[in-house]
Amino acid sequence: MKRTINILLALVMVAGLVSCNDGGNKKSKRGNQGGLSSNAAERVYVAPGEHDEFYAFMSGGFSGQLGVYGLPSGRLLKVLPVFSQNPENGWGYTEETKPMLNTSFGFVPWDDSHHPDISQTNGVLDGRWVFINGNNTPRIARIDLKNFKTEEIIEIPHSAGNHSSSFITENTEYVVAGTRFSVPIPQKDMSIKDYKGNFKGSLTFIKVDQETGHMDIKFQLMMPGFNYDLSHPGRDKSHGWFFFTTYNTEEAHTLLEVNASQNDKDFIAAINWKKIEEYVNNGGGQKVPAKYAHNIMDENTHTATSTMKTEVLQVNPMDVPGAVYFLPTPKSPHGCDVDPTGEYIIGNGKLSADLTVHSFTKMIDAIENKKFDGEAYGIPILNFEDILAGVVKQPGLGPLHTEFDDKGNAYTTFFISSEVVKWKVGTWEVIDRQPVFYSVGHGMIPGGNSRKPFGKYFVALNKITKDRYLPTGPELTQSAQLFDITGEKMELLLDFPTIGEPHYAAAIPGDMVAPNSRKIYKLAENKHPYASLSDSDTKVVREGKEVHIYMNMIRSHFNPDNIEGVKVGDKVYFHVTNHEQDFDVPHGFAVIGANNAEMLIVPGATETLVWEPKEVGVWPFYCTDFCSALHQEMQGYIRVSPADSNIGLSWSLGED
Amino acid sequence: MKKAGIIMIIGSLLLLGLFKFPLWNIVLGAPQYPDPLGMDIYIQGIQGVEEFDIQNIDGLNHYIGMKTIPKVEDMWEFSVFPKVIGLMVALGVIIGLLGFLGKVSYKWFLGWFIVMSILGLLGMYDFNLWLIEYGTDLDPKAIMKLLNPDGTPMTYKPPLLGYQKMLNFDVDSWPATGAYMIFAGMMLTVVAFFVGRYEYKKKVKTEPILKPALA
Ligand SMILES: [Cu+2]
Repeated sequence: MKRTINILLALVMVAGLVSCNDGGNKKSKRGNQGGLSSNAAERVYVAPGEHDEFYAFMSGGFSGQLGVYGLPSGRLLKVLPVFSQNPENGWGYTEETKPMLNTSFGFVPWDDSHHPDISQTNGVLDGRWVFINGNNTPRIARIDLKNFKTEEIIEIPHSAGNHSSSFITENTEYVVAGTRFSVPIPQKDMSIKDYKGNFKGSLTFIKVDQETGHMDIKFQLMMPGFNYDLSHPGRDKSHGWFFFTTYNTEEAHTLLEVNASQNDKDFIAAINWKKIEEYVNNGGGQKVPAKYAHNIMDENTHTATSTMKTEVLQVNPMDVPGAVYFLPTPKSPHGCDVDPTGEYIIGNGKLSADLTVHSFTKMIDAIENKKFDGEAYGIPILNFEDILAGVVKQPGLGPLHTEFDDKGNAYTTFFISSEVVKWKVGTWEVIDRQPVFYSVGHGMIPGGNSRKPFGKYFVALNKITKDRYLPTGPELTQSAQLFDITGEKMELLLDFPTIGEPHYAAAIPGDMVAPNSRKIYKLAENKHPYASLSDSDTKVVREGKEVHIYMNMIRSHFNPDNIEGVKVGDKVYFHVTNHEQDFDVPHGFAVIGANNAEMLIVPGATETLVWEPKEVGVWPFYCTDFCSALHQEMQGYIRVSPADSNIGLSWSLGED
Repeated sequence: MKKAGIIMIIGSLLLLGLFKFPLWNIVLGAPQYPDPLGMDIYIQGIQGVEEFDIQNIDGLNHYIGMKTIPKVEDMWEFSVFPKVIGLMVALGVIIGLLGFLGKVSYKWFLGWFIVMSILGLLGMYDFNLWLIEYGTDLDPKAIMKLLNPDGTPMTYKPPLLGYQKMLNFDVDSWPATGAYMIFAGMMLTVVAFFVGRYEYKKKVKTEPILKPALA
């Protein structure tokens, strides 16, 4: 313990030194930030009625959602519900969306979402889908960018802390889900002391159907019991490979902050997935029992279904010689980033003073010449010197993540010294450094995860906010900072708040997505079994103790607006169809005493809310979304009679 | 009269455009409708410019008690207009053909034009009557009852031609492709008349002997 404190003290002191060397005290420097001497305000100003240049998808972290922001304005455009229930629109509360949050652990209405990644074709962003991982209950979600809606969630079995995820290969062939925590596979009751050699880390490769986007686990690679922290697919020349950083190669099981920081070098695991795919396609691998949910939202029924799957294909790396190698990388590397050419693999050793850059060409050469430096669990370890492309010397403290621009520069975030450092790929010289406020995690350049970055902006996703905005008590929203990176020096343009803890982000030019964005669902294509597509479909049906209300809505009424014959103890299903066929005219539905949520029903869709009346009375329901001049009149009543009442079902609209 | 006959035939055939293109177009724009709502008026019925425009216009109009936009079966015009236009086209082509063959006088071209103009004016008159009826015969249970500054109930007749501000809406009512095609076609029949007259006079000069026979 004492030793830990000493290490921390030392780090803090060094951090102080670095910032002093950097031209003095941050407080005085802050006055110059924000472009007082430049036209920063103009450069982030998006005039009323005009659109931002980029969509930025910023993970909602512990909110479990995905925030959509405009760049350069930093405006929040939408919060997309993914892994967490969202009372704003009933996500995870309505009968249609509940199955989306189903898992092998039952209904899990929250998660910790980390790394969004946008689908690609030929290594270039294509604007079809965004994928994002749920960390806690290992899951991957696919958000469709036509509907801006989570349309699929697949659970990852044999995984724990789904962190090195959800990164995609350059034709969206695979989404990966690497486990951060190794666990017994299959799970069993055993002593934690026996971790070493017994726990395993699974790296899951999920195949993506190019037509539908549907995900399916193709194989799980059973790796040694390290922690698989982050990952990145190869690009261009290294396409076909995937790289995963590891820590705790010590396989310690207690006080990891010390015990997992002992090895001078941990590994980047280099996986030749094409080779494994070929092996699997030829019948390789072993089917093992597994239990995981696969949830799909149907665009036409507006309803999700959850299927529990029962097996998964496991691959032992020993069975596919030449598919997996370890690249020694100093001191607990966190970020694992591949430059746009695919040649350089950057391992950010978070406890290392330097940045280590591996060469893909040298790696292949070392593999071909069998230049190994031992092995770990049968997996060859390459020789550090043989694969080293270069080192960025003393760039800062606590390197985490690196992004790239379109001019051959890299931008690495440093958590401890709280700065972004721009350096030249190939010469490894530091070009510029800018302080950030405060303690940056990931950074993001639009398309920075692809072959073709849009090197105009860099967004720092900071962990700590402190005094950047008006205080809001002990809990502050997290801060993001926008830099202009078109010049030699980075220039801070804007601070803006974000939801949850925005781990990572991905951004894409607006014109690659906006023209395809859906405005309405066509009522004629609504295949919901309980939809009431015309007024003559409206009805109330009793099935034992269940009452199904087929209701529709249009500005500014519900049909029916008066319902009688419901009894205490009934389970009432409001199936509500929005008859609007006009852009941006959803209606809400709320009923007094509902124990779940309200609903927000977009034009042409049907959604279902369950309501269990507990008391006799005449109870109102109403529209929650101010939809028209007569929104206040958009209301109705439901009469609840005693359980033994013999009042029959009746409903009406517009009767005196 | 060969040239004049051909022009007459082309001019009459241009009216066929009415079966394909809208005659008139009314567009309603407002701040909250950045994509304005629009209806295209065809001789066979009314359609939205975008798929759901009619539904959305009806949705708006119900506040002020206007009737819904008429369906094909709601108005006799939509079955009669196509027949009248079809008949006029046929007639024009026959006259043109006869003119081409020298069987009728160029004056028939003018005659056709005059009949067509009268029918056109009647059509416009009928259209205007419909607009008045549509904009003034309001549901007595209308949600919003607005008054003019002089205290009379506000009506909502869209302009027959041109622009008008109606409540928060900018209403534009202009001829569309079909109308331009009729206009061009009718002008061509006038041209046919003059060309026919010119051709006739030239012929009379060169062959004066035949003159009595033709007259
Ligand atoms: Cu409403």
